[in-house]
Amino acid sequence: MADLRYEAPGTIADAVKLLAAADGTARVLAGGTDVVVQMETDLIDPDLIVDIKKIPDIKRIAEENGGYRIGAAASGMELCEHDGFAGAWPGVIDGVKLIGSIQVKGRATMTGNLCNASPGADSVPPMVTAGATAHVVGPDGARDVAVEDIPVAPGKTSLGKGELIESFHFPARPARSGDAYLRFTPRTEMDIAVVGVAVNLTLDEGGVCTQARVALGAVAPTVLLVKECADAIVGTKLDDAALDKLAAAASAACKPIDDKRGTREFRIDIAGVLAKRVAKIAYDRARANG
Amino acid sequence: MHDILEKSGFNPDANYKVVGTSPVKTDGYDKVTGRAKFSADAFRPGMLIGKVLRSPHPHAIIRSIDTSKAEKAPGVKAVITRDDFPEKKAGTGPGDMSRMVIAREKVYWEGHPVAAVAATSERAAKKALKLIEVDYQVLPHVIDAKDAMQPDAPILHDYLRTKGATGPDAEKPTNVVEQSVLKQGDIDKGFAEADVVIEKTFDSKPMHQGYIELQSCIGNYSDDGMVDLWCCTQAPWVYRDRLTAIMDIDSSKIRVEQSELGGGFGGKTTFYIEPLSIALSRKAKAPVKMTLTRAEVLQGTGPVSGTHSKMKVGVKKDGTIVAAQSELIFQTGPYTGSAFVNAQQAIWTRYDIPNVETTCYEVVSNRPKVASFRAPCVPQIIFGAEAMITELAEAIGMDELDLRLKNAVAKGHTTIYGQRFDEIGLIETIEAAKACDHYNSPVPEGQARGVSCGFWFNRGGETSGTMNLAPDGTVSIMLGTSDVAGSRLSMEMMAAEEFGIPVDRVRASLADTNTLGFNRVTAGSRTTFSSGMVVVNNARQVIGELCRRAAQMWNVPEDGVVFEDGLCKPASSNVGEFEPLSMKDISSKTTYTMGPISASSEMNVTGAGPGFAVHIVDVEVDKETGFVAVKRYTIVEDAGKMINPIQVEGQLQGAAVQAIGWALNEEYVYGEDGKLQNPGFLDYRMPVASDVPMIETVIVEVPNPRHPYGLRGVGEVPLTPGPAAVGNAITHAIGVRPRSLPMSPPKLQALMKGVG
Amino acid sequence: MSKKLHVEFTVNGDEYDCLTEPHETLLDALRDKLMLTGTKEGCATGDCGACSVMVDGRLICSCLMLAAEADGAKVETIEGMAAGGELHPLQQKFLDMNGLQCGICTPGFLVAAKALLERNPNPTETEVRFWLAGNLCRCTGYDKIIRSVMAAAEEIRGA
Repeated sequence: MADLRYEAPGTIADAVKLLAAADGTARVLAGGTDVVVQMETDLIDPDLIVDIKKIPDIKRIAEENGGYRIGAAASGMELCEHDGFAGAWPGVIDGVKLIGSIQVKGRATMTGNLCNASPGADSVPPMVTAGATAHVVGPDGARDVAVEDIPVAPGKTSLGKGELIESFHFPARPARSGDAYLRFTPRTEMDIAVVGVAVNLTLDEGGVCTQARVALGAVAPTVLLVKECADAIVGTKLDDAALDKLAAAASAACKPIDDKRGTREFRIDIAGVLAKRVAKIAYDRARANG
Repeated sequence: MHDILEKSGFNPDANYKVVGTSPVKTDGYDKVTGRAKFSADAFRPGMLIGKVLRSPHPHAIIRSIDTSKAEKAPGVKAVITRDDFPEKKAGTGPGDMSRMVIAREKVYWEGHPVAAVAATSERAAKKALKLIEVDYQVLPHVIDAKDAMQPDAPILHDYLRTKGATGPDAEKPTNVVEQSVLKQGDIDKGFAEADVVIEKTFDSKPMHQGYIELQSCIGNYSDDGMVDLWCCTQAPWVYRDRLTAIMDIDSSKIRVEQSELGGGFGGKTTFYIEPLSIALSRKAKAPVKMTLTRAEVLQGTGPVSGTHSKMKVGVKKDGTIVAAQSELIFQTGPYTGSAFVNAQQAIWTRYDIPNVETTCYEVVSNRPKVASFRAPCVPQIIFGAEAMITELAEAIGMDELDLRLKNAVAKGHTTIYGQRFDEIGLIETIEAAKACDHYNSPVPEGQARGVSCGFWFNRGGETSGTMNLAPDGTVSIMLGTSDVAGSRLSMEMMAAEEFGIPVDRVRASLADTNTLGFNRVTAGSRTTFSSGMVVVNNARQVIGELCRRAAQMWNVPEDGVVFEDGLCKPASSNVGEFEPLSMKDISSKTTYTMGPISASSEMNVTGAGPGFAVHIVDVEVDKETGFVAVKRYTIVEDAGKMINPIQVEGQLQGAAVQAIGWALNEEYVYGEDGKLQNPGFLDYRMPVASDVPMIETVIVEVPNPRHPYGLRGVGEVPLTPGPAAVGNAITHAIGVRPRSLPMSPPKLQALMKGVG
Repeated sequence: MSKKLHVEFTVNGDEYDCLTEPHETLLDALRDKLMLTGTKEGCATGDCGACSVMVDGRLICSCLMLAAEADGAKVETIEGMAAGGELHPLQQKFLDMNGLQCGICTPGFLVAAKALLERNPNPTETEVRFWLAGNLCRCTGYDKIIRSVMAAAEEIRGA
């Protein structure tokens, strides 16, 4: 068991330096609701914990270029309580709300949810359909990465040594846009998604879908952004035929496993069922934003 | 035999002042402020922390254990293995118990303790565990009971032979511990008389009691050989006697002190880390605190039996159930002790069926040994039995409750296992169910309803307790039974009623094993009944003594004094004119009379009457996903005369939600490698507050006159019908019957698609 | 051995400090260092809520926070709920209405419920149930807990 070092740097540059110089395993600590659990249950044995919460503005939720800039340590509850962000991205909030209990959301961050790279992470599919980007800072400078390019395999991200996410950017919303996220769990709360589906769409004045993004969670090693699903509904008013096509595309895109949370067959079916339901919610929200 | 067991003095017309009310329980204050001391809330000077090394394999021979590196690790004060426990012959009671605590020749489940370390900190102990080298010879494993019965199944114990088997089956190595048949009448003749016969199979996965308090203990072995054990337990005396059995320490040298109990439900009637903490303390010469993690609780403590059942029931067109035959397989872990006899006896006991044959098999497999959960082995069997009853009713076109009513047992019935029922409330309970608001409300659109009926014996057994009257006239009670749901308040109330004094003048405390005679486990729904008997008996003895003292003080014959409302009074004006004497008037003068006034009762309590319940559940099933929402739940139960109604309601409501969890989602999930995949509350899915509705209770009071206050146990009855009621409701919702517990969404969805 | 950290924070208005190893959680510090055992460990994975406390006005699971992260924080535990010796209405209602049986989950529920009523003084039954979904109870079936919370809310509103 490693001797653990805890650091709480006061700047992002110092955080990068610490991570880049670390021997052995280092972990970034934002909300801690994954890292601390993994440490306490001996799943990980880090040598270094870098707590980013003392970095100024790391918890900010601010408007930027018509969209939103969210600091890496903004907690789930803070996001849910921010009327502006919640009003613009209710689908992301759908996901954030489901990360865990009120207690967990009091600490948990979208950043951790993303970087923990669990296939069932709830805030990830709606972040992907939102077109959010992660502002990655590292020893070689900064870059902006589409959220769907961060997780590469269960438990693994594309971040290099010394890199961490400093914030997310959510783009400006066209009029008549709406997003939603639904997941299937056997209980009403406190479960990990067996299947999660997010839909973000924009409508024209006549109620026809002009753009769409559909993402599936918990049905593959990483979140799936499924073009065939989007194609099924773009150009339609989400009539039954379009929804059936959407469901079929969602089921076809799944590459799920059998595990303690659900069987392959179940996940494939439910992906289609949820895709229809969540698309309708996103559609209704988009119409209300007209 | 104590008089009270023969003549309880129950008065059906009595007007009680305290019994039947719902005062605030005194132990509640410390529980709402966080001051109450549960097992992990204790510290001792110089205390060390103990941790357990557990087997990573579900089945393996231990070739060797090398603890030398661990012993030298920083902060380590003691390391123990099987060598620190006396050898007890495998296959005997002490032998099995000892091997449950720490493995000897083999490990039998993933998580089986192999060694333990005591160190100056938890981290030092955990680091030392990694330095212990165990050489395993891994063996093939088997988890499911049915798989364990197959001819090619890996055998756990070479010495095991099936008790109750005949012929060549009795001689061969096996995983079947016992085979047992309970029957009456002529089963073939019974089926011949039936107009409708239904046959079905069911299975249930093992699940866990789910208590929130993790087991924690502090074991202290002094140099003079005295053992002090602080722990949470439902059975201090049983723990003491078992420690004697497996560690060869005199019982008089062991004091088991019980903490407040944070839930047990039967799961804390047997020890796990307690003997380890004592053995570590003996070696380390310091107190050793050990606390299980949630993963260890789920991996290593007694689950509830998984089962496989085959049932066949026959009914006549007029609704008479004529024959019931079943074959039930119970998983027990590596050692016997599933209590399957409960199910064998209870499966049909609600109904007067003349021809019954119930064959049971208890089977070992590579899991921790099962422990009791409310009504051990019964709810999962009633899951099938009550499904059959509902299907019979539907087959002959009879209302479900009417069929149950028609066959319901009543006073005078003698059960298949020989108990004669006196006053019981089954018929009243079913009739109350038929009359209740829930049953008479139309089933809401999109929902479906299910009912079922359950039973529990309710036990008595060995119980001891004392009562002391202080000079200030207040009463102290020492109780041997543990308290989870407020039973100590019920004892205070019964005593207060006996004396005719305010309940605030009586206090009950939980005893340790030095202060009272033997008490059986706090289980079997026996607590309020049995400790209640003892408390009332003690109160009557104290009252008798008070009257004797008053007679002495007044210089009148003993029968000239009566006791009422806390006062000794002359029986009539003939006796003389005397001012009434309060309890304090007498108890403050005991130095001058015959000495302190107290009472002690030790009895083997009998007369506990069985309980029955009917559950009514409305569910809404999402037909596309199999998600089940429980919309409305009512428990109708005969509780005898209630001592404290709000506490009785609470017991019933808790059982309903446990039933919902069991019915819908709770199960152990094992991989092909024999390892538990869900050792945490994330994936061991117990109901949360948003999963369940308010639980309605309709309580029928058919008193049991064998108890001075007419009460019946209510701890276990309310769980027994639960999973079956939910199963019947889901069947009505989706048109096909799930026969496997839990009825989780993937299973329901597959059933609805026709592929399950 | 990992280098210890000196952590200072207030608990229920009182100043405390302790030396903690980096891996120790706030729950460990409260229970084992400060001997404030009202906050309970039920799972150590954030799934049961028995360890609920308030940190800087936020309801959290103390098993999910390192003690080191609490440096400079304002912590509120069950021990501080009865202000000046008077039980909080929630505590009184739990007693009056049998909102507890064994009592092990009760501190977590009380802290969580208080946090709810401070944000939303008039919650519906559904809102109470979903807010408390992070607190597990095995004894009561939640019925009397929910009723106690709603009764306390009514009393506080009427006060």
